[in-house]
Amino acid sequence: MATSQTLARQGALNVSDVQRPRSVGAHLLLLPAYLWLGIFFLLPLVIIVYYSLTVRTPLGGSEAVFTLEHYARLWDPLYARIFWRSLWLAVATTVITILMAYPFAYALARTPQRWKNLLLLLSVIPFWTNFLVRTYAWMVILRSNGLVNTALMSLGLIEQPLPLLFTPGSVLLGLVYGFLPFMILPIYAAIDRLEPSLLEAAADLGARPWQTFWRVTLPLTAPGIAAGVLLVFVPALGMFIIPDLMGGAKVTLIGNLIQNQFLSARNWQFGSAASVVLMALVVLGLRLYKRFFRLEGVF
Amino acid sequence: MALIFFFLYFPIGVLVVFSFNASRINATWQGFTLDWYRQLFHDFAIWAATSNSLIVGVASAAISTVIGTMAAFALHRYSFRGKAAFESLLQLPIVIPEIVMGGSLLAFFVLIEMPLGLHTVTIAHVAFNISFVTVVVRARLYAFDFTLEEAAMDLGANRWQTFFKVTLPLIAPGVAAGFLIALTLSLDDFIIAFFTAGPGANTLPMQVYSMMRFGVTPKVNALSTLMLAVVILIGVVGQFIFRGRKETPVPEEEIHPVPRGFEVYAKAGSDRARVPVGAVGARSSPDAQHLQLG
Repeated sequence: MATSQTLARQGALNVSDVQRPRSVGAHLLLLPAYLWLGIFFLLPLVIIVYYSLTVRTPLGGSEAVFTLEHYARLWDPLYARIFWRSLWLAVATTVITILMAYPFAYALARTPQRWKNLLLLLSVIPFWTNFLVRTYAWMVILRSNGLVNTALMSLGLIEQPLPLLFTPGSVLLGLVYGFLPFMILPIYAAIDRLEPSLLEAAADLGARPWQTFWRVTLPLTAPGIAAGVLLVFVPALGMFIIPDLMGGAKVTLIGNLIQNQFLSARNWQFGSAASVVLMALVVLGLRLYKRFFRLEGVF
Repeated sequence: MALIFFFLYFPIGVLVVFSFNASRINATWQGFTLDWYRQLFHDFAIWAATSNSLIVGVASAAISTVIGTMAAFALHRYSFRGKAAFESLLQLPIVIPEIVMGGSLLAFFVLIEMPLGLHTVTIAHVAFNISFVTVVVRARLYAFDFTLEEAAMDLGANRWQTFFKVTLPLIAPGVAAGFLIALTLSLDDFIIAFFTAGPGANTLPMQVYSMMRFGVTPKVNALSTLMLAVVILIGVVGQFIFRGRKETPVPEEEIHPVPRGFEVYAKAGSDRARVPVGAVGARSSPDAQHLQLG
């Protein structure tokens, strides 16, 4: 019985010439990528870390004086509240989208083949549509002379238009609406890959539908949920468009703060500090995600 | 499920419907009109923004496709020191919040005193597109059979001929997919363009944003509807192209007709169904069937 090792030793089985590592070719191919990412991605990040740690001159430039004042300023309740609100909204968005996306994805995966492709396409189209456009749609509906208010007033139910827009609730709505397709797709992919025979086996062994779901389906589709969480939570933290359009100046999130500091207030040092903290939060989130994901494998 | 579909499409529907509404305020229906579309057509700023977006999109997609494909090759074929580090570097633009990237690039461009304009937006877009293109092309390379390259070389082709006549045509769909993704991401991007564009270098999303923020006419609705229509069109067309490319999978039942009563075994997964089902029908003992399908 010849193993691959003996065959290799005898020379009958050769490692492909193409796969022998040849570093020079690799580095040459990678050079443009190295350069571009190094100069236009890493270097700017280093620059803002530098900015976040230096003193601001009255003209907006940076003196080469090391200081932690910008980070200290972030502890101010005004700003701390912004971070806390962003975190809380991101978590809420993630949880709500999971609750909405899972049943939807499940139903989608179970539809008969005839309709499946069509429905899948329909589910994906909002995903391709611009964030701005989708958010604006809700603005049209919710603003004081918008659809909901006009309808309610014409029905005589309210006297004054309800302030539906520019509240944390409307920002949450905008976030959920924006990120829902991002959650639906990975969960759907995971459910779709589920082998029906496993569910049948569980039923054969005496599990009732609820038990089958809880102990077989859910753990097996958990990677899909995890992927969705990654796609929703991280971007939601740094979101700027949605809180800006749906929240106005009343609901400020980290993204708005950074944008404000960089473009309006021209306090790049402070904006950089906020950016660094945001990045730290993202990295933390990713670490947690990795740990959670590996725990799921234990199931 | 229908509820979620409704939730997803209701706002979009409202947007589309009101783009034809003859009312400025957009709360009640006051008559059908194409006025907003006509105004859109004459809006110079929007045309300029659209062409800007296309220029930036195609340019950044082209550059990043080249760079990304090269990187994908290097990562797939070779193992070298620092490979893991580079792979992490490649993942960064995907995870980093766009706003941080935008702000940092703004700071960078100002620091090196480069005037902001379309070129800075293009540079920024290439920076984050490289990662996406690499991921896509690499996925395609994964399925690529390298023995074909060896075969070509055995038949006497040198490295260049092999690459251009064998490898490239075979991975072309992957490269094309990478290009399309880069193009889409670039066209859709708002935040990074917002930070890195100079005066007069508005991209379409930037123009849309300022219209949403400050303008009140349903022109925005009309523009949004058009953007939606384009996306839907591309999506539907793409679906048809894909379905035309792959052979339509013939249902297993047609290849191997399943005798009545044994459907449950044939359903259990395509690899299982490769069992000569006709033979299963010949054996009636459950044990033999189990052996056959094991």
